[in-house]
Amino acid sequence: MRPRRQIATGTIALLPVWAVVVVAYLGTIAWTVLISFTGSRTLPVYDFVGFAQYERLFGTSRWIVSIGNIATFGVLFIGCCLIIGFLLAVALDQKVRAEGALRTIYLYPYSMSFIVTGLVWQWIMNPELGLQRSLRDAGFESFTFDWAVNRDMAIYAVAVAGIWQASGLVMAILLAGLRGIDQDLWKATKVDGIPTWRVYLSIVLPLLKPMIVTAVVLLSVAVVKAYDLVVALTRGGPGIASEVPAKFVMDNLFERSNIGLATAASTVMLVTVLTALVPWLYAEYFRGAKGHG
Amino acid sequence: MTAPSATLHRSAAGVVPRGARPKTLTAGRIGLIVFLAVSAAYVLTPLYVMVVTSLKTMEEIRLGAIFALPAAPTVEPWIAAWSTACTGLTCEGIQVGFWNSVAILVPSVVFSVLAGAINGYALAFWRPRGSNLLFAFLLLGAFIPVQVFLYPLVRISALLGVYGTLPNIVAIHVIFGLPITTLLFRNYYAGVPIELFKAARVDGAGFWRIFFQVMLPMSTPIVIVACILQVTGIWNDFILGLVFAGRENLPMTVQLNNVVNTTTGERPYNIHMAATILTAAVPLLVYFVSGRWFVRGIAAGAVKG
Repeated sequence: MRPRRQIATGTIALLPVWAVVVVAYLGTIAWTVLISFTGSRTLPVYDFVGFAQYERLFGTSRWIVSIGNIATFGVLFIGCCLIIGFLLAVALDQKVRAEGALRTIYLYPYSMSFIVTGLVWQWIMNPELGLQRSLRDAGFESFTFDWAVNRDMAIYAVAVAGIWQASGLVMAILLAGLRGIDQDLWKATKVDGIPTWRVYLSIVLPLLKPMIVTAVVLLSVAVVKAYDLVVALTRGGPGIASEVPAKFVMDNLFERSNIGLATAASTVMLVTVLTALVPWLYAEYFRGAKGHG
Repeated sequence: MTAPSATLHRSAAGVVPRGARPKTLTAGRIGLIVFLAVSAAYVLTPLYVMVVTSLKTMEEIRLGAIFALPAAPTVEPWIAAWSTACTGLTCEGIQVGFWNSVAILVPSVVFSVLAGAINGYALAFWRPRGSNLLFAFLLLGAFIPVQVFLYPLVRISALLGVYGTLPNIVAIHVIFGLPITTLLFRNYYAGVPIELFKAARVDGAGFWRIFFQVMLPMSTPIVIVACILQVTGIWNDFILGLVFAGRENLPMTVQLNNVVNTTTGERPYNIHMAATILTAAVPLLVYFVSGRWFVRGIAAGAVKG
């Protein structure tokens, strides 16, 4: 039994975090949503205009481009990171020499910030002095790699940099999963004469599902938050070619004095994330989970 | 009874068998090695380009051989990046941002890890009313894009008169660090036998005494993981520093971006790359020194304990 006094201590110890949750999370969310229904520009004013900001938002080409870009970036980024990460994990799981060193190499980009990542790739993709120039000088005269400054390709440049940064993360998560697989599986499939690639595809991959879900969640969070990488690599350009929603919000909040429009955009981001997240969080943390028994 | 024989079998083989293990150099094995080597080369290329570029003179960079080794290596760009690189009007080098980042980092990490430990401990063992609800809100806080919170937080900070100060950015880092640190410690303490807690209770120890004398001393592994996660996360932060740190305290990432992306005229790429390496140095160092702990932090962040 718990003495009343000590239950109180537990409650009091959590008061600061409750305050943070109520004020800094829930309160700010409510405030943001509230502003999105007003005509606010530089400062919040409470003249409610219904869904006018949302109508304006979806009539803004910069926002439409942002949504298209984040979809392209998200699919490429998550897809390629998963494929590359899985291949690297499986390759490292084949008892190779120098496994530790290779693992360290594959994961190091993940320790660096998106700003650093973006600036390095901006330099490599520099059309005058970067990779394109080097390959042209080496004899491939028609070689073109101008993605960072090409309207049609800029978002792919962002994806290339992002995939380079985060593939190692998937590798690390899946490798941990591979190490957790019962070794008798390999004996059994060997006896049955099943080819290794088949075992990986049909047996191991389904076993790795929890780790894959984890990786997808982590990568998705990175996609929605994508801001620094774009700022460092292309600054949203050329023109508005590589704008993303997170940057749209930031620009309208702090540079364009469009608070109503910015909060409408962030509310759309919020609703999107919640729709995807709540079922997963519930399944992952609360269904049947009881903590200490 | 199978366990000992399995152990015996494994030790006889010399190593723990793991995955398919071809012993001869087959075509598949060669393909595997090539794949691993090419991948490693690709992953390392940007780091290599950063280093060689930072050691070249601008004359050499204008020749356009981005992958070539420096003909006459020079550390001038590094010195310039550290002490004289310009951001807009001032030319005091990236060192300003470095020290700003240190000043932001230390209190932010200490407070967020300590707060996470207390919360995790309270949630795992004391489970006061509303624990599950609190935990759910914290999880949401970890995943919702920061843009949703930003503007009201700016207004609240301004109302409190702290906007754009060091305490402001530290408080913001603690607020957004709470979900991950709480989650880490809650999951860690969920694996601690409840009997230990009950025994301490029977002995008459209260909330804080159990925390400081029983739980905290056995929390070293998770404290290390939480510190690694927070140090790299806060050092690499851009958006929060940009919004809340104020002109006087801009962290290194923000300053680096200003140095590189506000340059007009010819860009001193060698200085820019030196500044970039300097900004990446702290998390890279943490990564190379901490090794497996870093991986543990990544996994622990999103996997149920």
